Amino acid sequence: MRVSSKLQISLVAGILIALGLGLTLYKKIELGFPLLPGQRQAVWTLESKISFKPVGGPVEISLALPEPEAGWVVLDEHFASSGFGFSTQEEQGERYAKWDRQSLDRTTTLYYKLEIYHAGQFDLGASPIPEIIPPELTPDRLAAMERVVASLRQGASDSTSFTALLLLQLVQGQMDQDTAFLFGDREESRLSVVMDVLAFAGIPAQPVKGIFLEDGRRRQQMDTLVEIYDGNHWQVFDSKTAQPGLPDNFFVWQRGDRSVLDVVGGKSSQLEFAIVENTLPIKTVLFMEQQVKERLLLDFSIYSLPVEQQGVFKGLLLIPVGALVVVLLRLLVGVRTSGTFMPILIALAFIQTTLLTGLVIFLTVVGAGLWIRFYLSRLNLLLVARITAVVIVVILLMAALSIISYKLGFDQLLTVTFLPTIILAWTIERMSILWEEEGGHEVLIQGSGSLLAAVLAYLLMSVDLIEHLTFNFPELMISLLGVVLLLGKYNGYRLVELYRFRDLGNPEQ
Amino acid sequence: MSWFSQRAKWISPTKLRELGILGMNSRNIDYIGRNNDRSRYPLVDNKLKTKQVAEQHGMSVPKLFGVVSIQREVQDLERILEGIDKFVIKPAQGSGGKGILVITERRGDEFIKSTGAVLDYRDIKRHASNILSGLYSLGGRPDVAMIEDMIDFDQMLINYSHEGVPDIRVIVYQGFPVMAMMRCSTHASDGKANLHQGAVGVGIDIVNGRSLYAVQNNIKVDRHPDTGCRFDELALPYWDQVLKLSSGCYEMTGLGYFGADIVLDKNKGPVVLELNARPGLAIQIANQTGLAKRLQKIDEQPSNELSVEQRVSFAQQMFG
Repeated sequence: MRVSSKLQISLVAGILIALGLGLTLYKKIELGFPLLPGQRQAVWTLESKISFKPVGGPVEISLALPEPEAGWVVLDEHFASSGFGFSTQEEQGERYAKWDRQSLDRTTTLYYKLEIYHAGQFDLGASPIPEIIPPELTPDRLAAMERVVASLRQGASDSTSFTALLLLQLVQGQMDQDTAFLFGDREESRLSVVMDVLAFAGIPAQPVKGIFLEDGRRRQQMDTLVEIYDGNHWQVFDSKTAQPGLPDNFFVWQRGDRSVLDVVGGKSSQLEFAIVENTLPIKTVLFMEQQVKERLLLDFSIYSLPVEQQGVFKGLLLIPVGALVVVLLRLLVGVRTSGTFMPILIALAFIQTTLLTGLVIFLTVVGAGLWIRFYLSRLNLLLVARITAVVIVVILLMAALSIISYKLGFDQLLTVTFLPTIILAWTIERMSILWEEEGGHEVLIQGSGSLLAAVLAYLLMSVDLIEHLTFNFPELMISLLGVVLLLGKYNGYRLVELYRFRDLGNPEQ
Repeated sequence: MSWFSQRAKWISPTKLRELGILGMNSRNIDYIGRNNDRSRYPLVDNKLKTKQVAEQHGMSVPKLFGVVSIQREVQDLERILEGIDKFVIKPAQGSGGKGILVITERRGDEFIKSTGAVLDYRDIKRHASNILSGLYSLGGRPDVAMIEDMIDFDQMLINYSHEGVPDIRVIVYQGFPVMAMMRCSTHASDGKANLHQGAVGVGIDIVNGRSLYAVQNNIKVDRHPDTGCRFDELALPYWDQVLKLSSGCYEMTGLGYFGADIVLDKNKGPVVLELNARPGLAIQIANQTGLAKRLQKIDEQPSNELSVEQRVSFAQQMFG
């Protein structure tokens, strides 16, 4: 009976551990999940917002989709198009998203979201060289144009330096009379005049449309660069700075003169972008990239969940790690904690507040709460009423702490709101009962035991590797379960017992 | 402090195993988990039930004056306590001595606690009300308050206790009394008999009820710290009765491993105060002996159809 029960547990635990490790290895070897978090990579989430007012009748919207170039890689893309017919089409080597609807009666917004990252800095690739169409000009503008081109040709040896010189004059505002006449005062038309000058000078050129990526930007508009063909290569210029070369944070959407957004049956159409930057392990990024191509495998991973749910799971999957710490501390070391899983919850709160701030807030609130509860305990209240009163007092304390710290400029104390109120209130209640019945000594032992477990759990849970493993390999939890089952059968001595019974060998002490 | 430097800081697990010391994990898995049927726990965790069953089995227990089981009945306390000078109010499901209020004297409507503090009806009622709302029971479960007779403890033991009742803890395994100690409350332990709160633990010889060794806070003591009484002169009266009473609780509870807490009343002799399905391990320090080796001897003995008397005399032969 004894042996068989032990054997049974060992067997079950062994199978669980092997199963967890086996699944992990399968994912590593067959599916290529990275075991180590490795370097991190910035991933941009770009949300394009198309808004327009319908004018009555059928509506048709066509959005040119980006062909990633210059080292940019698209990880994922989503379209939101409620109530619209939707399709993506290829026309002349370019992809278009098309929304259509028979009728529409109010201002509407459509979304296109994509996740991209910059794998490396490359120049733009080849592009068909556009036919040069000389601009049609009025006689006075023609004369001005001839003089401008002539003077630029004098200062420049080739088409690259010609363009650079032209843009520099515009940026620095050092324009002679002819140039000033050509460009006029209107900023918006500047780019088309630049194209006209380049065409007149016989230089093949085209606009490059795209977005400057900046974290946290909302309502960002599309920007346009200028690129020219110098006979061998395409050369990009930032028309705002006159600098040659593609800026690092510029995501190219479309090259050439075609329109990006066409709205039929609508007016006041707008295309705006919201931009968010996330840092992810580089291997995860590469893995996600693969997944886009092989959708089937996605079902096997937490990455198939929406982003917010992934965040929730990130926290949930860490709980077993904290639980393991508590089990080890209690069974092998013999640390006494108040409540089995309260330390884990405290540790989860520490992840939000950071360790030091969390400890300070925790000790302050629990200390003050204990003191107040002592007064409440003299009022002869029923348990439920008393705990409720403590909860209210704790909330007040937290609010006071937030306001005072904000006024004093300690922003990090504002994270007090991340500490679960119920945990705080319950800790205070348990501790004060303990104090009345077992004395302050026991409060100190169990309180510091809980904090020790919480801090150790926090330290372990905040290790990058642990977070990476629990998130990418949730099946490791099965192995963890096996280990915990084995620990449940450990009947050896605890570390504290080696101290507790230290005098038993020599009774005369 | 030369004695301090001589004290060993740690003991090796091998040495502990040689001494037959029972550890907490082994107690939980090998003895409590294996021998105690969970369905029997309410019988020992609820002191009211223990008392009722013990009375059915003809065992002597402290007299029950009354029970307060709902908040409205708290008002009845004045009627229950009419004409009673000494009494104890305790939760039926308290653990670790929590929530036990001992009144040793009464002057009209004033009650004197064992510590000397003076309480009035309001305090007594608040205490009962706290018990009902579950303040002292595991997990805050609602509880009932028992009002029972205070033990008039034997004169013989009066010098071994300060502000409280010295009780005798007997560990009973498969019906055999395997180890015993007396727990003497001290000023430091606030009249409570818990060793980790500063009470003195006195190891008692199973054979004759004489003291073997005494410890307070893990340090050997020769005299009671408050009364100065010598422990080596201690010999417990009614010793065989104490062992038979604890051993008899095996049939009553059906628990394979438990601790029986027994007190010696001046008039009634040994009475069962409560039973504990998870008795602590400090008894090994008080006896300077390991429990594990004694428990193994019980496992090795062949017969399991012994009477209470046979079990007691077996234990006295084995553990002398």
